[in-house]
Amino acid sequence: MAERSPTAPPPSFVWTRRIVLTLLTVFALLPVYVMLSSSLKPLRDVSGAFRWIPEHVTFRPYADIWRTIPLGRYFENSIIVASAATGLSVVVAVFAAYAVSRYRFRGRRVFTVTVLSTQMFPGILFLLPLFLLYVGIGNATGIALYGSRAGLILTYLTFSLPFSIWMLVGYFDAIPRGLDEAALVDGCGPLGALFRVIVPASLPGIVAVAIYAFMTAWSEVLFASVMTNDTTRTLAVGLRAYATETDVYWNQVMAASLVVSVPVVAGFLLLQRYLVAGLTAGAVK
Amino acid sequence: MTTTVHRQAPPAGPDPRPEDDRRRLFRIPDRVRRGGLPYLLLLPALIFELIVHVIPMVLGVVMSLKELTQLYIRQWWQAPWTGWGNYRVAVDVNAPIGRALLDSFLVTCAFTVLAVGLCWLFGTAAAVLMQDHFRGRGVLRAIFLTPYALPLYASVIVWAFMFQHDNGLVNHVLHDQLGVTSKPSFWLIGDNSFFSLLVVSVWRNWPFAFLCVMAGLQNIPRELYEASAIDGAGIWQQIRLITLPSLRSINQVLVLVLFLWTFNDFATPYVLFGRSAPAAGDLISVHIYSASFVTWNFGAGSAMSVLMLLFLSVVTAAYLLLTSRGRRNRG
Amino acid sequence: MSVRVRTAIGAVFGATLLAALPGCGGGTSTGGGGDGHPKTLTYWASNQGASLEDDKAKLTPELQAFEKQTGIKVKLEVVPWTDLLNRILGAASSGQGPDVLNIGNTWSASLQTTGALLPFDDKNFAKVGGRDRFQDSALASTGAPGKAPTAVPLYSLAYGLYYNKKLFADAGITKPPATWDELVQDGKRLTGGGHYGLAVEGGNVSENIHHAFVFAKQHGADFFDAAGKPTFTSQGAVDGVKQYVDFIARDKIAAPGNAEYAQNESVADFANGKAAMLLWQAAGANLQKHGMKPDQYGVAPVPVQSGTPGPGNNIDTMVAGINIAVFKNSGNLDGALKFVQFMTGDAEQKKLNGEYGSIPPVKTASQDPAFNTPELTVLRNAIATSAAPLPQVPKESQFEELVGGAVKDLLADAAAGRPVTTQSVQARLAKAQQQMQ
Repeated sequence: MAERSPTAPPPSFVWTRRIVLTLLTVFALLPVYVMLSSSLKPLRDVSGAFRWIPEHVTFRPYADIWRTIPLGRYFENSIIVASAATGLSVVVAVFAAYAVSRYRFRGRRVFTVTVLSTQMFPGILFLLPLFLLYVGIGNATGIALYGSRAGLILTYLTFSLPFSIWMLVGYFDAIPRGLDEAALVDGCGPLGALFRVIVPASLPGIVAVAIYAFMTAWSEVLFASVMTNDTTRTLAVGLRAYATETDVYWNQVMAASLVVSVPVVAGFLLLQRYLVAGLTAGAVK
Repeated sequence: MTTTVHRQAPPAGPDPRPEDDRRRLFRIPDRVRRGGLPYLLLLPALIFELIVHVIPMVLGVVMSLKELTQLYIRQWWQAPWTGWGNYRVAVDVNAPIGRALLDSFLVTCAFTVLAVGLCWLFGTAAAVLMQDHFRGRGVLRAIFLTPYALPLYASVIVWAFMFQHDNGLVNHVLHDQLGVTSKPSFWLIGDNSFFSLLVVSVWRNWPFAFLCVMAGLQNIPRELYEASAIDGAGIWQQIRLITLPSLRSINQVLVLVLFLWTFNDFATPYVLFGRSAPAAGDLISVHIYSASFVTWNFGAGSAMSVLMLLFLSVVTAAYLLLTSRGRRNRG
Repeated sequence: MSVRVRTAIGAVFGATLLAALPGCGGGTSTGGGGDGHPKTLTYWASNQGASLEDDKAKLTPELQAFEKQTGIKVKLEVVPWTDLLNRILGAASSGQGPDVLNIGNTWSASLQTTGALLPFDDKNFAKVGGRDRFQDSALASTGAPGKAPTAVPLYSLAYGLYYNKKLFADAGITKPPATWDELVQDGKRLTGGGHYGLAVEGGNVSENIHHAFVFAKQHGADFFDAAGKPTFTSQGAVDGVKQYVDFIARDKIAAPGNAEYAQNESVADFANGKAAMLLWQAAGANLQKHGMKPDQYGVAPVPVQSGTPGPGNNIDTMVAGINIAVFKNSGNLDGALKFVQFMTGDAEQKKLNGEYGSIPPVKTASQDPAFNTPELTVLRNAIATSAAPLPQVPKESQFEELVGGAVKDLLADAAAGRPVTTQSVQARLAKAQQQMQ
């Protein structure tokens, strides 16, 4: 990161920094703390007046979460759907971005504008039509998209495409053309140049796109609530089942939220330095 | 938006040698390579966009011209045409339905402006203050990114839990511990729900702004700072004269993306308030959802969505036009 | 790009065109529900028990018994209430759904108009044992009057007044209130010292509509006239809604915080002694879970203006409950009807209603001694003598959304200390009425 100056910053700056960053830390972590402390309380305490420190600590919610709802299955569905959508989205976006970045062809502008404009389509407008289309495809070809993970994967991969292509075009443009031309002269085909030169050189950007695509699929609620059934339900909607007809299992909601977040947060933090490096070249163009 | 530096297609390399098996996988006939390859590369993206976005969108527009209620839901294509009927109802602000839609639209606009502004402010402040190395910077960066990584349902529901009137943390702190308010406030119903929604939305999205700005800062050449330091500029001057102007281009993208996300946000208000949101927190996505999915009146809902899309297109186009021109003028 | 990828893409593209061109699969929705196999059925159950898994555990042995009897295997999916209506929408619009499903009985008339559910005309009703077996009030909420019912009653529920015996004794109150005046008086005596007279679920649109309906009835008003036109602003409806909102606004016998309750917090409050009275449907099992034992609370009929529940202005509860319906596109209608017959048979009715704490809508089963507990006796009498169905109109869900939402807003106003007057109630209901399309 480009740092400003080797000399120590003045006290006014240091104090501003301390105060602002402390406030933001509290803001960011407060809900996480509430999640953690509530997940350790018995239901009666969680439903009662709020206390900072749990009066009775119990780990039972962490055992109960697996029995109240099929959390394991929802988790599995979410992981599969989000990973597959991410993988496909990245591949498709890399191809498209390569074409836009390296070729000049008729319809190039129309394509970029169309794809980017889909970013602003309100989900509520095409939810029912998309659902009917999936059912129609199923009836016409036997490819089950409605109620299946495949349909959800297809939907989510498209959600993240516009922003992914946008970012990758910028990133590919930043790679000197001399590099892939050298590869072409060397005897690689255009796709060879893509996979041997451009993809490795823009790995951070690709990781950034992948994280973005994953988070998009991981958190989507609206389409998942209509397009999934018991066997394909994802976490984003499945967690709601802790609020039942008779009760809201607050402590279990919190425990389950933490449990399913741990792998994602861990992976996310692991990859964040790539993400930072990636966004730079992609978005700054 | 995207860079539009046009380049010639790369010169076709020598033909792949047939004996190389790996290469045969990528072998493409010359005819295709000359003109067709870019289209082939775009094809997957095009097909997916077509299936998931474009065709359903067109169907949605068709539906908006029909009287698609539960009576016709089994055979929607046989629903009677209403022409502009659904649109007329939606834009008639003197009648309750149009009025409610307008209110919801205005609430959404106010909410979006504030939420995007605050996200940008928090993200930029944090990124700029963390530009220099100091002890604990890595840890802080990880902490700031956590809200973005938590699943949406989990993070919104925990806020709903904190905003409860009787047992929530917010009232516990504001009323019981600090005594700021004379009696516990309502956060999930009534007028305050606007602020609750704002807090949750900003909490979830500012890390993304932080990330983008942090990335943008890396591209500022170090020499600029060194030169200004020699000229005697202090750190505040450097931020004002070098850092913030250098962020212009990233801000153009960031603000637009945040705007579209926030305006279209369905999940946050839906999880926070359920299907019937209080008027002050009645964002347009949830409003349209209630007008179509809860009551099974999809013609009206589609017409409202199309109007919303038109609005977004106009705003986006104007925004891009204005920001791009400004940028060009400044060189 | 390999040939296989290209073929696959071609296939998807072709399929899209095929599906999109003739009016999006118009007329191609053959087959439909289930998989057409005569030996299997798909059943969507609603969430009645403590959790989805709890429902599964309760229903699975019964489904196995059915398979043993008939050789038909039933695939069960318990659908959460938050998803059920959307899933039915998906099934109705696509023709692909379950064979048999549970619906909230207030949805009956609405779903009836879609034509997606099999009408229970005399012939079909005969196949599941005949309509005489069911309580009249339960039958009244199976669709629009005069049309073949769209579903068959499965579980019945009614509202009762739950009261905390100890708090009543402490306040020197000897018997539960029978009129609303008494309830308000008692409520005021019970309010104070950290607890309130009554708990209401003010943020819950459905609860609000149930109460608004009963209060309006007691003021001699209906929300729809005989022709199905909304009459939200009639004097009776306004007075009824105002009387309900006044529990927080004027009488102050319910805590202001109740205005945002939407997750059954009021049941918890009652169980924890924070509120002395509660108007609820079969709360027993739920109270037990919160640690309140049956001998700690009493159940009385919901008060009426006159003191004696009955028909007409003395209606004291809506007919609550769950109906079971058959999806018309089912490939296995015979099996589906057999399953409905099984589920509404005496044995299953006793067993399942017993487990869920509801009351059998089947007359013979409801006479079983298992339903003679003090709680269920009150609710059973209410269903038999003083219950009325919510308006069976096609726009019921919109009515519920708009009027329930209006009541929620009024309660929020009251809780925030803003005055709630006859005029403000009327204005709010008028707005709701104008939004009915």
